[in-house]
Amino acid sequence: MSSTDLDLRGTLDGVRASAARGDRSAVARLVIFILAIALAVAGMFSLGSGATDSSALAVTWALITGDDSAITLVERIVILDIRAPRTVLGIIVGASLAVSGAIMQGLFRNPLADPGIVGVSAGAGLGASSFIVLGSGVLAPISAFFGIYDVPFAAFIGGLVTTFLLYRVSTQNGRTSVATMLLAGIALGALTNAFTGLLVFWADDNQLRDLNFWGLGSVAGATWLKFWAVAPIILPIIILAPMMAKGLNAMTLGEATAHHLGVNVQVFKRIAIVAVAASTGAAVAVTGGIGFVGIVVPHLLRLLIGPDHRYLLPACALLGGIMLLFADAIARQIVAPAELPIGIVTATIGAPFFLWILLKRRGILDM
Amino acid sequence: MTFAKALERVRCESRTRSIFLTAITSFALLLIVWADMARSQEGGEQYDRVLAIGGAVTEIVYALGEEDRLIGRDSTSVYPAAAEALPNVGYIRRLSPEGVLSVQPNLILARENNGPEEAVEVLKSTGIKWVDVPDNFTIQGVDDNIRIIAEALGVREKGDALRAKITAEMEAVKARVERVADKKEALFILSMRDDKVFGSGTGTGAHGIMALAGADNAFGDFEGYKQLSNEAVIEAAPEVIIIMRRPNEDVESDHLLANKTIIEHPALSATPAVLNGNIIRVDGAKALQFGPRVSEAAQELAQALYPDELN
Repeated sequence: MSSTDLDLRGTLDGVRASAARGDRSAVARLVIFILAIALAVAGMFSLGSGATDSSALAVTWALITGDDSAITLVERIVILDIRAPRTVLGIIVGASLAVSGAIMQGLFRNPLADPGIVGVSAGAGLGASSFIVLGSGVLAPISAFFGIYDVPFAAFIGGLVTTFLLYRVSTQNGRTSVATMLLAGIALGALTNAFTGLLVFWADDNQLRDLNFWGLGSVAGATWLKFWAVAPIILPIIILAPMMAKGLNAMTLGEATAHHLGVNVQVFKRIAIVAVAASTGAAVAVTGGIGFVGIVVPHLLRLLIGPDHRYLLPACALLGGIMLLFADAIARQIVAPAELPIGIVTATIGAPFFLWILLKRRGILDM
Repeated sequence: MTFAKALERVRCESRTRSIFLTAITSFALLLIVWADMARSQEGGEQYDRVLAIGGAVTEIVYALGEEDRLIGRDSTSVYPAAAEALPNVGYIRRLSPEGVLSVQPNLILARENNGPEEAVEVLKSTGIKWVDVPDNFTIQGVDDNIRIIAEALGVREKGDALRAKITAEMEAVKARVERVADKKEALFILSMRDDKVFGSGTGTGAHGIMALAGADNAFGDFEGYKQLSNEAVIEAAPEVIIIMRRPNEDVESDHLLANKTIIEHPALSATPAVLNGNIIRVDGAKALQFGPRVSEAAQELAQALYPDELN
């Protein structure tokens, strides 16, 4: 006991000493380690808690022993078909939003950049709205083909198409201008919003409510099919994201410097944009608009472990997952047996918390 | 072994087998019949934990006197007031599967247009009895819904009695309304937020109740509720304006305030309805949801529309 205590103190001393020298990688490793444990705990908590008193342990035990007698069908469905897909989907969506946010802030050298900056959110919103409103009308044949997954599919396609347009507009002679992309993104956002507005005008009462709820986001509709549809897109991107760390670190010094440091700037930008568009598009498609995770998580971690993307990206993935699980736990418990849209929770908790950090450490975010 | 012997043996075996098979089949048939009889004896009584989703559904369960079996409701179920004491599983189109399961229903009566579909699919997979109650804003619709719910609850006689009562009441209203020679053109206003008039087209509860009470919808050329342009309102020249009563319906000042918004509205002020002071209030939950109080609502609205002709 006392020896581990000493060890721990020794480690902490070492961490503090290196942090004082300006090298925060020891702190970063420690934070990542703690976050990994926290994510595991949050995941288990998410599996174990909900409106019904189904026991995740009992179901797991029944699965291991193959003896179903101790659990009911409802318990089995609650744990395996309701909570489990919800937990894993929450983790990868949270991770995807946070990592994408960090990448975009690095690439655009703009602390306000969020994953939506490449036009994904606006396009996804338009795609989703068109099927919510026209799914039983003009678009009925396509809707019939995709069944209940027409809205997620349309959202994904909508997001990708907008990003592609935005990329084409801001690329000239093989060079992509991030400044043009920011401005063109605003213009394209206004245009898609106008189309969405038109759909809102056509929508009937029920569709209006659906549109509203879609914008607030939810992981309540999580199914295994949705998870398997987006995991092959999101997981590789999150796992391979740290490979972009060196490039992103170089880009913070400016594109010219990055070029001199040996980064193929144009290729790098293209890869980063495609990665963010695909993973955010997939995340938004299955959960709707969940705001704020992409901004608050990366900034929080920059304050904690510094701006080095080698540590920032994995830490973002972990904390993003934790934050979404945490928000979802509140969303499903606070008004049980009813449920709040998760976007409401992430914003009501995330925003004041973020403000508090800003007030405490004013000036630190000037990039 | 000779050929004859072998043949004999096969014949013997096949006879044993066929006897055996017959025995098993008849035993299985017996079991099925017995199980079926047991089930039909129990009838709907086995459902003692009923979840009602949709305002009209909840009202029908109460009207059938089966409210003791209710263990939950959705957020649109607010009448009768006692229903509000039941656990609320949320908005009808945003059901949370685990939330619904947490009230442990063994029968779910759900009004059409429930959702999201993923949630409904999971809920149906649990094997909990799920009964769809269609959305149909006609008297036939109300009649069907009462029959569906009464059958699901195993109280068909009570259902028939309620249906007969409503049919009789509606016949009475119809007979009286038919005497009115000159039907009035009516505009139903859903809301007037920010001085924008949201009026009812066809396919809504408002359109349905106006038809039952003998009023012509001034905006029968579009579906659902839409924001109306001011000039279209003037052009339509409704003789009557129908709005929903506010929650605190007894407060006279509240009525005056609502009337003031209508009277001072640039387009509405030019309609015959406002010029003649014909603004009628209806109870939204009673009139628009097409539950068991629909005949009462139709009678009240008809009376308000044609006070002279119907007396």
